[in-house]
Amino acid sequence: MLDNRRFIARRCAQYFHEGDVVNLGIGIPSACSDYANPTIAFQTENGLIGVGPVSKKLAICDTFQNAGGINFNPVMGASAFDTAYSFVVIRSGRMAATVLGALQVSEDGDIANWASPGRAFGMGGAMDLCNGAKKVIVAMELLAKNGDKKIVKKCSYPLTALHCVDHIVTEQCVIDVTPEGLVLREVRQGKTPEDIQAAIEPDLIIPDDWTYMEE
Amino acid sequence: MDIGKVRTREQIMACFKDGQTIAVGGQAGAYMPWNLLDMLEESGAKHLTIISIDATNPGFAISRLIENGQVDKMITTHIGTNPIASKLMLDGKLEIELCPMGSFMERLRCGGGGLGGVLTKTGLGTIVEEGKQIIEVKGEKYLLEEALRADVALTRARFADPLGNLAYHGTGTASHPVIATCADLSIVQCDLYCDLNELGVDQIRVPGMFVDMIYTGEQDSNRIIGRIKTAQILKEEAKNNA
Repeated sequence: MLDNRRFIARRCAQYFHEGDVVNLGIGIPSACSDYANPTIAFQTENGLIGVGPVSKKLAICDTFQNAGGINFNPVMGASAFDTAYSFVVIRSGRMAATVLGALQVSEDGDIANWASPGRAFGMGGAMDLCNGAKKVIVAMELLAKNGDKKIVKKCSYPLTALHCVDHIVTEQCVIDVTPEGLVLREVRQGKTPEDIQAAIEPDLIIPDDWTYMEE
Repeated sequence: MDIGKVRTREQIMACFKDGQTIAVGGQAGAYMPWNLLDMLEESGAKHLTIISIDATNPGFAISRLIENGQVDKMITTHIGTNPIASKLMLDGKLEIELCPMGSFMERLRCGGGGLGGVLTKTGLGTIVEEGKQIIEVKGEKYLLEEALRADVALTRARFADPLGNLAYHGTGTASHPVIATCADLSIVQCDLYCDLNELGVDQIRVPGMFVDMIYTGEQDSNRIIGRIKTAQILKEEAKNNA
């Protein structure tokens, strides 16, 4: 069985379509590429479209490293550019999706993922990605390590971007952010919609056609 | 023989002074101008303002400057990989100006290209907009991000010729071609030093007019696979041998 992080990543990868250019954040999102259709092109912020698998031995090369410093092999058809141009790509409106982690997501689709009280790591490219990508997919565990709710009415941590999140994928559920509110789409086997409601702050819309997540 | 813009270690080290603003190319400890950063560290220059995408990992490059107390301020996008920088920031010993990465790059591009700034939607409605002008264009709101320049730029290129024409490879391009243009003194560490016209005219990304000094460097350390990776490989080898 997949661990929670890989389980979440596999579900996120189902949102990608043939030929999409997608950016993956560090942490859980970076595992999405293991489950994606091979026609998906992954972008790295430092400046390349067509990030392939982690490189090994002779193929390790200091001029193919992703934004997290991991060596990779570029795929056929890859293209490189500078970091300023990389954000032209991100803001262009042509990037199909970004998958990123979050500390908090609000019912309006606001996201906070770069600072919490007493700790600031910086936003890196997240603010541009949330504003630029056509689809913003949050990949995170439903509750914080200390048990705090992460899906909230209003984010209390510094915001990354407003009204941008489309889908929230956790190890227990899949939730869509809609103008009407948060809509429950999928629930993990062994859990009920009531369990999910109890683990989040805003009121969930529970349609009749919700399904179980694929194990 | 005319050596063009190639300079020695000593000549480059003499350029570093207290209080300078220094922009550094590279990201996440990948393909950084290691030799130039070593020289900056060795020069002992203090009260520096460092402009860099991140603060790298503890023990490497920019982090060593921070650990030595040579840095007063950083203009950056991310310090999450460096707990030392985070702690110094929270203790009030290191000033950190955080900027979204896309805006950060555009500010440097503007600084190098004679523009006053750039309008972006990134950061609207967040802490980033504090103290900045919001400008409406065609009914849409944008944040004004002002241009950024440095006294010295330290970057790395795959290829350089005696005039300082630069060419890059893969993600070794990164922020280097932009940062190489944004400072009064632009110093480049190159992996491979070429003759004039050895690089095709279409291959050149940064024309030599932007470059003041070239360090052709210690070839061995130029070939290493980034120091972090090298450290990891050595650790793995030690484990396998044990």
